[in-house]
Amino acid sequence: MNEFLDKLSIFQYDFVWYAVIVGVLIALCSALIGVTIVLKRLSFIGDGLSRVAFCASSVAAIVNVITNDIVITLPATILCAVLLLNAGEKAKIKGDASVAMISVGALAIGYLLMNLFPPSNNLAADVCTTLFGSTQILMLTQSQVIWCAVLSVIVIALFVIFYNKIFAVTFDENFSRATGTRTSLYNLIIAVIIAVIIVVAMNLVGSLLISALLIFPALSAMRIFKNFKSVTVCAAAFGVVCALIGLLASILFDTPVGSTIVVVDIIGFILFSILGRLVCARR
Amino acid sequence: MPQLQCTNLTIGYENLIVTKNLNFEVNKGDYLCILGHNGSGKSTLMKTLLGLLKPLSGSISTGEGLSFNEIGYLPQQTVVQKDFPASVWEVVLSGCQAQCGFRPFYNAKEKQLAQSNIEKMQLTELKNRCFRELSGGQQQRVLLARALCATKQMLLLDEPVSGLDPKVTREMYETIRRLNKKEGITIIMISHDISSALTYASHILYVDDEPFFGKREDFEKSDYLKALTSAKEENA
Repeated sequence: MNEFLDKLSIFQYDFVWYAVIVGVLIALCSALIGVTIVLKRLSFIGDGLSRVAFCASSVAAIVNVITNDIVITLPATILCAVLLLNAGEKAKIKGDASVAMISVGALAIGYLLMNLFPPSNNLAADVCTTLFGSTQILMLTQSQVIWCAVLSVIVIALFVIFYNKIFAVTFDENFSRATGTRTSLYNLIIAVIIAVIIVVAMNLVGSLLISALLIFPALSAMRIFKNFKSVTVCAAAFGVVCALIGLLASILFDTPVGSTIVVVDIIGFILFSILGRLVCARR
Repeated sequence: MPQLQCTNLTIGYENLIVTKNLNFEVNKGDYLCILGHNGSGKSTLMKTLLGLLKPLSGSISTGEGLSFNEIGYLPQQTVVQKDFPASVWEVVLSGCQAQCGFRPFYNAKEKQLAQSNIEKMQLTELKNRCFRELSGGQQQRVLLARALCATKQMLLLDEPVSGLDPKVTREMYETIRRLNKKEGITIIMISHDISSALTYASHILYVDDEPFFGKREDFEKSDYLKALTSAKEENA
């Protein structure tokens, strides 16, 4: 017991609270846009784009950008997101295939570059951190924290402003386009939001585990709720609660943050599935 | 001046011509049925009229105060909608989206419009139900209410009765006829169902290598109908 209390004493430091705030914001953003991603049948896009971000961050490590590697990863990821989502209809290579191509391609190139130009002496640890997240989110630098917070707030604001448009475009793109909604613009906005979230979330759970933050809250909420608004609100709450529990557990048990949060997400999903069955059975 | 006029219209995809030389016009209050065998270009024509595809040549013009964005559309249902968590209210309200422009939220007038269309389609009791849990006929009524939110003048319907049972099919046709007669909404409908088309429509457009356009009575006298019905019997 004392051991746990000792570990909790870490909360007296500001940087721990920064980590908590960043974690909650990232989880919130991912859960919000996750509903759209799942409904648009794009669940794998998180995987694909996060490897693009991984590749971009190895490039950033080589050219040694002084300020923050986000300067390279963000534009590169946004570009790929726009290409993947907007080319969707016209592309010669169809949706899932192009996502798969970009995702393995970027992973391979990223790893190759990291091997050719190792950023530090401990290559294995570097790769591991980028793929599975900082073993300690507490090691986030102050500039990373600020970037995360600013981008998260922008994403949440965009989502709230375009909530109704996102619903219309996701539910029936042809109808929206036929009645004069500028669907390509809103698809572009959705693509940019997804890309921003992925770059930001890489800090928390690493590029291999991002999809979990995106899809588990949405899928869990859809077990129980039947309309878009409740699903969105529930997914957001689910994401935040799981992130908080995961963060706390990782501090208490000295486990890696990313995978702990994902495990909590999985447990939450199972609980919601059971609950959903019960609710259905009672009706 | 007709509400919608197509002259020498050739439709298709980038390098594939589906149908050419379509000439027809639709006046206010008309009930036009588009007939044709599979692959003749009915759906392509519908997409072109909606502005989802560009015509390869020829022109489409609108008149009598109708603009392209004011055409209501009842699409065939997509895979996405089969497990989409949305309430009837949310779906119907999304029909007002185009009127919002860049305004992020719906105003009271749009909510009222959605409410009145829900009542018109007798969906009041289903308002808070989940769209995907409704029966086929109910779902079509919801999508019709949404289309009505987007238009006061013209509805395009893409096989509105496919997958419905005979009783619900008849109700659907009656609802559409009511909208046409009472509300004066122009109807353009793609159909496979020749006998219903001949019962309800005022005009027929038969899409084929040599297309036919004219009043229903003229179509009934023409050779097209004979060809169509005999072909059907051969198939059966």
